[in-house]
Formats: sequence, C-alpha cells, structure tokens
Amino acid sequence: MGFKNYCFKKSLWVFHFGGASCNNCDIEILDCLTPRHDLERFGILLVGSIRHADVLLVNGSINMHDKERLIEVYNQAPKPILVIAIGACGCTGGFFTESYTFAGPVDKIIPVDAYVPGCPPKPEAIIAGIVKLLNK
Amino acid sequence: MSKKTLIPIGPYHPLQEEPELFKLYCDGEIVKDIKWETGYNHRGIEKLSESKTYEQIFFLVERICGICSNSHPFAFANAVEEIADIELTNRAKYIRTIIAELERIHSHLLWVGLAGHFLGYNTVFMWAWKYREPTLDLFEMISGNRNSYAMFKVGGVRRDIEEAKIPVIQKVLDDIKKKTDLLTGAVMDDPVIHARTKGVGILTKQDVIDYGAVGPTARASGLAIDVRKDDPYAAYPLVNWKVITAEAGDVFAKAQVRLLEMYESISIIEQCLDGLKKEKEGAIEVKVKEIPEGIGNGRAEAPRGEVFHFVQSDGSNSPVRHKIRAPSYVNIATFRKSCVGQTIADATISLAAVDPCYCCTERMAVAYDNSSGKKILNAKELIDLSILKTAEIKKTLSGRNE
Repeated sequence: MGFKNYCFKKSLWVFHFGGASCNNCDIEILDCLTPRHDLERFGILLVGSIRHADVLLVNGSINMHDKERLIEVYNQAPKPILVIAIGACGCTGGFFTESYTFAGPVDKIIPVDAYVPGCPPKPEAIIAGIVKLLNK
Repeated sequence: MSKKTLIPIGPYHPLQEEPELFKLYCDGEIVKDIKWETGYNHRGIEKLSESKTYEQIFFLVERICGICSNSHPFAFANAVEEIADIELTNRAKYIRTIIAELERIHSHLLWVGLAGHFLGYNTVFMWAWKYREPTLDLFEMISGNRNSYAMFKVGGVRRDIEEAKIPVIQKVLDDIKKKTDLLTGAVMDDPVIHARTKGVGILTKQDVIDYGAVGPTARASGLAIDVRKDDPYAAYPLVNWKVITAEAGDVFAKAQVRLLEMYESISIIEQCLDGLKKEKEGAIEVKVKEIPEGIGNGRAEAPRGEVFHFVQSDGSNSPVRHKIRAPSYVNIATFRKSCVGQTIADATISLAAVDPCYCCTERMAVAYDNSSGKKILNAKELIDLSILKTAEIKKTLSGRNE
C-alpha cells in the first residue's frame, strides 16, 4: 500500500468548490449526504475549509473570475489531495465552452484524479466515482 | 468613532452551495452595513443564447439555474409563443403546469431544509431533503432526469404524461401531503424555531414595494403578487387555487408562505391530472414552422418569484437579443433592509430567507482592458456615457427641428 492510499484509507473529508455552475451538481452533492444516500455513514463529511480536506470536488464551468481562486484553493490544500471533477461542465466545460467568460475545463487548471460526467450526475454516479477512485 | 469589523461570508463558504461574497460590516455583534460581490458564477448565457437556435436555447436556459430549471424555459416559451402567436393545446398546458408545480414543491422543500440547516436544526434539513426525494423520482419517471427535465419546446412539450403514470403521481402527491403536514407541524409548533425566526429580518410592505421584491418574499409581507394570477399563462386560469400571503414579513412568515404554497401546488397538480384524464385524445404540441420577426415578453412564476424573459426575433432561427431577469436579482437587494441592525447570527437566516439563487442572478458584465487589466466601465462611467448619449440625441433632435 502506497503512502497515498494509506492517507485515503479512512474517512474522507470533502471540500466543495462550486465554480460557475447551475446549482444542479451542487444540490446533487448535498443530496449524497442526506438520508436517501447518506454518505456520512462512511465518514465522508463536507468540511468548511480546504485545509481540512482530503478531497476537492469541483463542479461547474470555470470562468475567468473563478480561475485564480481555484488555483489558490488548490495551493492551500494539504497534499496529497484527490480532485474530482463533477458534471459535464466540470469535466469539459459542457454547454459553456463557447462562452466569453470560459477559462478552460478544470483539468487545464489543476490536476484532476477522477471525472464524473452527467448533467447533473445522479448521486449514485458520484458515489460510484469516489469508490472507483479509492479502489484504483 | 467606533471601528467596524468586516466579516466576509464566502466566496466558497460551507454555508452556501454557490459562490458569492457577502461582506458584513459589524460593530460588535450588530451588522451595520452589508455589501455583496458577485461574478463568480457568470457564464454569459444571454450572449450564448444569441448563437443558438430556438430549440437549443431551451436546454441552455434550463441550465441557468438547477433548482428552478423549469421556470426559465417556461418564461422563454411564453416569450417565443407571444412572438409567433401560438395557442397551446390543453394537454400541453396541463403538462407544463404539472411540471412547474412539482418543481415548486421540490424547491420549497429544499428551502425548508436549508433554512433548518442555517438555524442549526439539522433534523429539519434531513427530513425535508428525504421527503423531497420522491418528487425527484417523479421527475425521473416523467422526463428521464432528476433535475434538468428538458420538457419544453416551442409550441408544446417533448414528452407526454401517459394514463398509466397518473396513479403513480397521485400516490406520491398523497405521500408528500402527509409529510408536509408533519413538517408544517414540526416547524410551526417548535418553540426554538419561533424564537429564532419571529421578528427576525422583517421586511415591511413598503420595503417590498421600494425594492421591487417578488415571489414569496413579497407575499410574506402582505403583498399579493403572483404572475400565475396577475398574468395567467398555461393552465393556471383553468384551475382553482389561491395566492398565499402572510402579514408579518419576518423569516417565519416566509417559511409559512412557502409551506402553505406547497398545499396549493399539490391541489393544482391534482386538478391538472383530472384535466389530463378528461382530455385523453389530444396533441401535446402544435407544429411551429418559423418564428416571425417581433418582440416577445415572457413571464413565469418561479418558486422564488417572477422570471422575466425578453426575446427579440429578426425572423431567423436564433434571437437577436435575449434578456433575462431572475427573481433573486431584486430579492437580494432587500438584504440592506432585512439584515442591517440584526446580530450576525440572525443575519445568516435573513440572507437565506429570500431563498437567493445566485446562478440565476449573474446577468452582468464588466469590460476589462486587456493590456492594462483595468476596468473599462464602472457604474459612474456608464452613467456618464448614458448622459452623453442623451445630450447627443437632444442635439440632433433640436438640429432637426431647426
């Protein structure tokens, strides 16, 4: 077991970075934590500060206003950190690639470990993405 | 002489799902002033819309906001149908109304949950979100997706609600009604919630008129405005329902209005389902060949208030101008009335009380000079420009008169 896997063996703390999103992915991420899916029973917890987090969830297309803030958030994160791009906009930019404010998909700005496509991805898909990443 | 402390909320704060920055200027515990910074969510939708066809724009405007992802297509459809002068079939009207009201139920439940969360009442949060799930299941059954439904098109809807699905919807509605009873009871009778929300974040009727607030925010202050009644569209004139208002204008009144509105929504959906049963044989869309030249205004009542779309067509297959105004844009301005003078702890729930939706609101642009990185136009310069233009027009007009 490598050092990275050792770090992520126990409960994961998640920080949520909502870029220029339409809210759909944000509410589906929150939905993962509520009773139907209840990720908190596995110790997965949404935290208030990136300095406490093991996982950085990024959703929404990143606009020029967000770009430098995303880089700053990533730099502040304790390493190693897992970055997951959620939703079509997070993975590729989706509908908004042609927009004048678009500043590149997430993986052009910071390194991304996993992609969960969908508009929005179902909570099941988000959970499956995290499980796949951990078993990698 | 007192110094003010700046307390920032955001832009990436665990309290908010969306990125935005509030600056609370506080003197001790008391909020003295509030400023709001935005731009984290701007995607340039109005401009994008001018490069898409009318069919594609429905998918685009749906992605303005995920929670009210039906109200924007609704308003846009109303605008385009005004240009093309299209009369919908009854079946399409009913289906549109059912989707809109189901969305209102899920959005209000979502708000009740989040409000509970902001109060530190996580039980309400978990309950409300649990009871919200069956509504999303209904959406999945009807449209195939939990959140962005893609149900609308010019002249009708994309998918029918078949006879077999009606009992399923009815059963879920009965369930939601019971759960809403439970939730309403829990919220209305709880002494802690009373203590935290009554008399907090009060907006008087005059404030609402001054700031032009809409939706439940206005209705909780005793102003009975609702686009569904004032400018009826789709199947709203065909069904019986009433506008819910409250007088107090505080956070509790806003919760009350939203909870009671859910019963109205359930009743509207039930009447629409009866309507669908009566009109078994009917098309769900009318064929539209082309959108003629013209200007259309579309209004729809989103869960948060009035959504307004302005569409200008030149007869081609995409609009030349598409202007959007979302309800949160005016509701957020009321923060200056509702939050100033409160303690910091009460400010958060006052902020949440209007159910602000920032991704709806981001409809602005600031131009930057590429070489120097400076703002080209700020508010003052824009006003100066406007004054200059008026002066020029005056000059030309007076020249013509002479």
